[in-house]
Amino acid sequence: MTAGPDTEHEPTEGRWATALREIVRGRWTVSVGAVVLAILAGSIMIAFTDERVQEASVYLFARPGDTFTAIGQAVGGAYSALFRGAVYNLRAEDFAGAVRPLTQTLNYATPLIAAGLGVALAFRAGLFNIGGQGQMLMAASAAGWVGFGVDGLPFPLHLLLAIVAALAAGALWAGIAGLLKARTGAHEVIVTIMLNYVAFYLLSYMLATPGLLQAPGSSNPKTPPTPESAQLPSLLGDRFNLTWGLVLSLVAVVVVWWLLNRSSLGFAFRTVGENPRAARVAGINVPRTTVTVMLVAGALVGLAGATQVLGAVTTGFSSDIDAGIGFDAITVALLGGSNPWGVLAAGILFGAFKAGGSTMQASEGIPDEIVLVVQSLIVLFIAAPPLVRAIFRLPAPGARKRPEAAGRRRAAKAAEAADKKEVGA
Amino acid sequence: MSATIDVPSAAPQASAEVRHVTQVTWKTTLVLGVVTVLYGVLLLLAPHEGDSRFALSNAGDFFTIPVVVVPAMATAWVCFVIAAIVTTASAWLTRSARRLPAWAVALAAVVLLVGFLAWAAAGSPRDLSVVGLLGGAVLLSVPIVYGALGGVLCERAGVVNIAIEGQLLAGAFTAAIVGSITDSPYVGAFAAVLAGVLVGAVLGLFTITYHVNQVIVGVVLNVLVIGLTSFLYSQLLVPQTEALNATTRFTRIGIPFLERIPVIGPVLFDQTIIVYLMVVAVAVVWFALFRTRWGLRTRAVGEHPLAADTVGIDVVRTRYRAVLWAGAVAGLGGAFYTVVSINQFGKEMTAGAGFIALAAVIFGKWNPVRAALAGLLFGFASNLQSVLSVVGSPVPSQFMLMVPYVVTILAVAGLVGRSRPPAAEGVPYVKG
Repeated sequence: MTAGPDTEHEPTEGRWATALREIVRGRWTVSVGAVVLAILAGSIMIAFTDERVQEASVYLFARPGDTFTAIGQAVGGAYSALFRGAVYNLRAEDFAGAVRPLTQTLNYATPLIAAGLGVALAFRAGLFNIGGQGQMLMAASAAGWVGFGVDGLPFPLHLLLAIVAALAAGALWAGIAGLLKARTGAHEVIVTIMLNYVAFYLLSYMLATPGLLQAPGSSNPKTPPTPESAQLPSLLGDRFNLTWGLVLSLVAVVVVWWLLNRSSLGFAFRTVGENPRAARVAGINVPRTTVTVMLVAGALVGLAGATQVLGAVTTGFSSDIDAGIGFDAITVALLGGSNPWGVLAAGILFGAFKAGGSTMQASEGIPDEIVLVVQSLIVLFIAAPPLVRAIFRLPAPGARKRPEAAGRRRAAKAAEAADKKEVGA
Repeated sequence: MSATIDVPSAAPQASAEVRHVTQVTWKTTLVLGVVTVLYGVLLLLAPHEGDSRFALSNAGDFFTIPVVVVPAMATAWVCFVIAAIVTTASAWLTRSARRLPAWAVALAAVVLLVGFLAWAAAGSPRDLSVVGLLGGAVLLSVPIVYGALGGVLCERAGVVNIAIEGQLLAGAFTAAIVGSITDSPYVGAFAAVLAGVLVGAVLGLFTITYHVNQVIVGVVLNVLVIGLTSFLYSQLLVPQTEALNATTRFTRIGIPFLERIPVIGPVLFDQTIIVYLMVVAVAVVWFALFRTRWGLRTRAVGEHPLAADTVGIDVVRTRYRAVLWAGAVAGLGGAFYTVVSINQFGKEMTAGAGFIALAAVIFGKWNPVRAALAGLLFGFASNLQSVLSVVGSPVPSQFMLMVPYVVTILAVAGLVGRSRPPAAEGVPYVKG
């Protein structure tokens, strides 16, 4: 979109300067800036609520050093715990222990990627699927029911059947919203929200009723554990929690990419999303496409439910098996720009935050809700490039030179115009 | 042929016939039929003999209505017959291309409800308190109605408001802290208004100034507010509950004379100021949107911002104003949780009420009065469960808890149909 001015560089400028400017202008700079800003905001929150900082700040003017040391300890401790929990543990005794956090991150990312794909796919077709929670709960119930309700099947068959049941249940639950939207025009936002609650209470009922999902001989609203023949095998051996669920999610990324970009069905999805009227004129059956999109989206979210029950939580589950993933998936899809590879990256990032957040809470006593704040700020800042550029005084894409004092306003305007295009596109 | 082309006048010609086109749809009939049949099957499969007792008055009313005792199954079947008649009438009218009047749908709904209550309360030694049922419904609907009003204001100006949940939660949190520190529920409620405005301002900054996708900003703001309030709750409020998280609640103010009318007196005229303000707010928002210059401009900006801009309306300023007012209204609704309902804040205590409010906005077709009625319906359906659990209903509680949501799906799919949002909703306005 800014090909014009970018192609004609001034000959006097060195190659490195040009390269640097190219980097600074790119989308990645904005993303990094957004992450930095969000982490900065998180640091401020940690610093303000830390007890030692509060104690030291009482005598701030007498000995300011104490306050700053306390702030440094609080913030540094928090983020090093986050890193230790999410990426690499320097305190571990051997390599396997050191990379264990990384596998935890991928473990958390597995359902986020699958559910994020479901939300992103619906987005591309112009549908807003807030029903991830309900679809996951129904998928988990189905997987669980096949898991411990069906006896005598050998290992891969049992697992396969449970996964298929989960996908079908997720698809069915989302399909209700799609069908109502297509047939009666009922707004999918309302219907998916309502179906979340219906699924929650339906699962609660099944968990409280002996003979349905409740573990035999127990009065707790909890299911029996998933039998081994229906569990996803571990991917890297018994030392790690990582299962083949990750592979399933990765396969789903490729499938969704192929579906959206290489298949005629995906073309229909995108066309309906861009302009339903044009799609109808072009001969696409819009109501049928709406139903199909929701079915596929629900199946993807259902995969997240399956990996939860068959991989992550195999000791029996209760009605919080969705673990907020249905809603996190919306943020993942938004951060990933509703594109499968973006969803993969965003899912891993959020998985890292989840893994690191729990370590942070355990070792530093900082509530892991701070992670929610940092995550949402990242998405907000990434969505508004002009704001990030203005804060860091980055040059706008399309500006020929680093904006001088006089030209800065003009450059900012150009940046805004370019970003409008970006957002609109 | 040529004669008609020669007269391209806008005025209707005297000879032209006015065509009446009535759109008929089978959806209403279908939904009524499905519900009636399900209800009949329930009565057949699970008959519930005994008497049902409905208590209509409280002590202190002008006169006491005796407890109404009816035979359960007989009442239930009579109600079934009435509902079946309405359904048949609906089918017949739809076939002859006419519409079922709205009061008939309402009648069927009320009758089915009474029949269900009679069935559920059968044989219980306790009275089913009608006042408790309605009064609780009003209370439960307060945050939903405020949230829905905020949604209507915001969306009429063309800005999608998914952040209602965040505004309610921010209001509840701020009201708890400020109300506890100052020991005054009034100051707490005012602070809640400011918190709602703050969330609205962020929504406005990103959607109006930076043209970010409005749905994205709304969803993310919800997460942000949940994260912020939960974090601060764990870090600040839990260690200092006495100082920061123990509010004085609003007391009920009975309106003299009116509060002693049986049934409606205690339900409508013995409430806290937040509830009275809710009624005022519905009227004011309706009047402001549909009877003032400001409202006309706001709606114009929501329907066709370019046209509004052309006639000299400042689109950006109008949208900002609407978004901020919406935040104020929704924030006040959030105060309900911490200075009316209970006296302290809890993590994620709004529990999805903002999303229900969003549903009420769409359900009410972006009209403040209808959205408020939809909010009341939610409140009623939610309260039904708690009232029935008192009399000991035979239905598993999980299914009763499901009722409001199922009712909404049925209503949206069958009775409301396609609701049309403001035309420019979700579209950032870029002055070109």
